[in-house]
Amino acid sequence: MSNPNAMTSATDYPSQLNSIKMQTQETINMSLYASRKRTNLIGLFLSMSAMTIGLVFLLWILAILFFKGFSAFSLDLFLNKTPGPDSENGGLGNAIIGSLMIVVSCTLISTPIGVMAGIYLSEYGQKSKFSEITRFLNDIMLSAPSIVIGLFVYALVVVNAKHFSGWAGTLALTLIAIPVVVRTTENMLSLVPVSLREAAFALGAPKWKVSLSIVLKAARSGVMTGVLLALARVSGETAPLLFTALNNPFFSSDMNAPMANLPVVIFQFAMSPYQNWVDLAWGGALLITLSVLGLNIFARTFFREKVSV
Amino acid sequence: MQTTAAPEVLSQNVLEIRNLNFYYGSFHSLKNINLDIKENSVTAFIGPSGCGKSTLLRALNRMYDLYPGQRAEGQIMFKGNNILDSKQDLNLLRARIGMVFQKPTPFPMSIYDNIAFGVRLYEDLSRSEMDDRVEWALHKAAIWTEVKDKLGQSGLSLSGGQQQRLCIARGIAVKPAILLLDEPTSALDPISTGKVEELVATLKSEYTVVIVTHNMQQAARVSDYTAYMYLGDLVEFGETEQVFFKPKRKETEDYITGRFG
Repeated sequence: MSNPNAMTSATDYPSQLNSIKMQTQETINMSLYASRKRTNLIGLFLSMSAMTIGLVFLLWILAILFFKGFSAFSLDLFLNKTPGPDSENGGLGNAIIGSLMIVVSCTLISTPIGVMAGIYLSEYGQKSKFSEITRFLNDIMLSAPSIVIGLFVYALVVVNAKHFSGWAGTLALTLIAIPVVVRTTENMLSLVPVSLREAAFALGAPKWKVSLSIVLKAARSGVMTGVLLALARVSGETAPLLFTALNNPFFSSDMNAPMANLPVVIFQFAMSPYQNWVDLAWGGALLITLSVLGLNIFARTFFREKVSV
Repeated sequence: MQTTAAPEVLSQNVLEIRNLNFYYGSFHSLKNINLDIKENSVTAFIGPSGCGKSTLLRALNRMYDLYPGQRAEGQIMFKGNNILDSKQDLNLLRARIGMVFQKPTPFPMSIYDNIAFGVRLYEDLSRSEMDDRVEWALHKAAIWTEVKDKLGQSGLSLSGGQQQRLCIARGIAVKPAILLLDEPTSALDPISTGKVEELVATLKSEYTVVIVTHNMQQAARVSDYTAYMYLGDLVEFGETEQVFFKPKRKETEDYITGRFG
């Protein structure tokens, strides 16, 4: 084709197509395209490096925990109580049981309160001043330093009762867990499409029934995940328990008295000069990490959306 | 508009809309609508996008009440009461005037429970009575043979067309006086659309159906009466054959013949 711009006959399609292709190639600025390609490559490289750095530290932490803590893993760890300094055959049994009792009672209290508050904020309180204030305060509580909450409960409960207790520890953890549950519940419920609500209203369902039987049900896996994540968060909190549950060297199920718990035991043992205590501290740290990891994995796989629409 | 003893009985009006004006905030969306919906008929609302046909439909079961800032003025008489009155019990109203939406919305529960949910709200049926009602509703919606072996499975496991027929079964199960259908087939493939249209034709012997559709041919296929709306005004209303073949207004004729969309 000598002149690509010349009109060719109507049946001359291949050469017409060719001439259009040549024209568009002339208008693409190849150097601009090449520099955009370069920028794309640089961006890709930077983001992958950032991810790698994050992963490296995560894996490093897990590796150290395993190396140092795994040697403490044995049946004794679970069955024996915390030992005195330099004594043999110690374990973390009382701390494990204590932590379980405190964390489970925290979950039993914070879940209904948090879920109901989340339902209110999402379904009933869209525009009211009251719910705006509640949301604001909730967000502040979400980022409140846990040591402040521990001191608050100390001043309110421990000083007045004149003794430390497992219940005070539960209260402190509840104050940390509730804002998390409220936030995740409200977020999950607001993801439920308006069309589902309208369909329920269109059958004549009253508002409370729409909220509980339809909307909450539709969001249940997200809400459950939020509860489990709040649970995972509070099981590692140390500062609030320092001032409330304190610690207990013996097996005890009396929540009204100082209660052994894993985070405080780790705190106490890790900085001590006694080797058996340090080993147990690493074992405890690995145990907590594995539990939190396990809870997260369980929450995300068991409660993932099983049916795709 | 009841007739007394006459050899040919005119059907009653089940809904009488008088001087209806609707506002979205300050936007005047429906202008002075006057319309009668006849019992045991299929009435279609047609018109280009934004003409107010869905707004009018949603006023009939006071769906707009869920959203502050939307308000209606005028009268809609249903069984002797003005349903726009503030003293009207909305839940009871919606149990009598049901609605099916454009997007299929199965509830997150089994197919059986999807149907039973609405029935359980206002009726106290024994287990076997409920089983019968569920089967009847699914039969009516022409989906019984497809789901009869999996009533316990989640409603979300059905295909799009099946989900929409499930929603229609759900709406029928409570035996409403009027069934409002808001573009029920626009999200469906042609085969499911055909099944739903057949269903609408069988429904009118027991129910009154009002259907909004942007598909003129669908309106011509399924409805007895057609209302053509444009920018909030009711331009023409009459028997479907008359509106489509001998429209009284030029605007109607222009829309029907496709001079504008």
